[in-house]
Amino acid sequence: MNEVKFSKEHEWIKLEGDIATIGITKHAAEMLGDIVFVELPEKDSSVDKNGNAGVVESTKAASDIFTPVSGQIVECNQSIVDDPSKINTDPENKAWFFKLKIKDKAEMNTLMNKEEYDKFTKENAS
Amino acid sequence: MGLIRVIMETQKTALYEYHKSLGAKFVPFAGYQMPVQYTSGIVEEHKLTRTKAGLFDVSHMGQLFIEGSNDLIKELEKIIPIDLQNIKLHQSKYSFLTNESGGIYDDLIITKVEKGFNIILNAACKENDYKLIKEALGNKFKLILNKNLSLIALQGPKSAEILENVIKDVSFLKFMNGNNFFYNNNEIYITRSGYTGEDGFEISLSNKIVEPFVKVLVSKGAQLIGLGARDTLRLEAGLCLYGHDINETTTPIEANLKWAISKRRRKEGGFLGYNKIKSNINGELSRLRVGIKPLGKIIAREGTKIFSQDENEIGSITSGTFGPSVNGSIAMGYVKYDFAKPGTKILLEVRGKKYEAIVNELPFYKKNYVR
Repeated sequence: MNEVKFSKEHEWIKLEGDIATIGITKHAAEMLGDIVFVELPEKDSSVDKNGNAGVVESTKAASDIFTPVSGQIVECNQSIVDDPSKINTDPENKAWFFKLKIKDKAEMNTLMNKEEYDKFTKENAS
Repeated sequence: MGLIRVIMETQKTALYEYHKSLGAKFVPFAGYQMPVQYTSGIVEEHKLTRTKAGLFDVSHMGQLFIEGSNDLIKELEKIIPIDLQNIKLHQSKYSFLTNESGGIYDDLIITKVEKGFNIILNAACKENDYKLIKEALGNKFKLILNKNLSLIALQGPKSAEILENVIKDVSFLKFMNGNNFFYNNNEIYITRSGYTGEDGFEISLSNKIVEPFVKVLVSKGAQLIGLGARDTLRLEAGLCLYGHDINETTTPIEANLKWAISKRRRKEGGFLGYNKIKSNINGELSRLRVGIKPLGKIIAREGTKIFSQDENEIGSITSGTFGPSVNGSIAMGYVKYDFAKPGTKILLEVRGKKYEAIVNELPFYKKNYVR
């Protein structure tokens, strides 16, 4: 079973072998509102844990995307660049952002599981 | 001097509980808790206003009434650069309060009514505007910044049909004209106007009856729309947002609002800042507000620097967003005068990278006003 983990910056991450798929959570998509622009990292570029890995913009404002783990980008989801509204309709499935080859699997242990993340969003909602 | 902390309680409009019941998300805006969007989101709300009828609570805006006749016109013309001598009864005009250096204290809509003038002011400026106008007019005239009134705007192609169902003969009003009407024996004032680039009405009515009135409009097909969509709608229509596209340092001429200064006033002057504005009109103009269309999907927010193709800085963006009806990124900003011609290629610096854009004619979205 591949458990999905979550970051405090509202990204989700699913690890299969040493390839991690990363996107933003449904909660994040709802907070942002209608998403109208996405910028993704370049393929083959290296990203560090908590480093900047793109931008999403809604009708309201721009927000940075941070990568919850370090690694090398192997694939970006062009379909969300072409139609950013997909992030609002299916954020935790088809509208993934990028895949990376994970550098250190131990970084996964620092992230939250679903239950912990739900609790985290509830506590931080106001 | 010690630190003076002014604690202001955020205010609520008379429709606050109703917005809440509709699932509105609120934001603090000019001291008010205002709905930024409802459950369907900004893009849907924007499109609904363009295709049907959107209803906006704009009760945070100032509604100033000044009583007086010819004496008042003379005094008001010293601070408002339009021809108030020739404004017709119930006619509305877009204008502004200018300052001594030709900048803008606030933009406003002024309407001639039977006993004087009604002026609609921006929420963030209204208290200061009241003070400025009071100082300019002295104690000769009665001034009321009415807090017992709400203001709602019904905007979109179905507005007239919906409102006519509730207020008979309202659809005979022409754009930028108003009149008194009655709703269940309550007097209300309606103008055919708005700030979305659509046909529509602004309705001033007592706080006591605004909620039932809004509910009737909703039952006839209007839908509540938040400030988020109001911003994308006005930007597509090329309209200025005070504090962003215009402020105390921008003159009306730089802001491309020369049309809003009456011809007689441009020639005769006699209002604050006229010297600067006159020299602008005579060609001493270094910058101009223009529409800007990024060529890709990149969104250029307020503060984005603008460069010429040979990479000299030539201005900055004052408003930028995604325009749902034009289905793309749109913006407005000031550029050096030589770069203001529509079609001019420019560069926008976003997050350290430069992106291609062109100076675009305003509005981005064609208006549907009923003349």
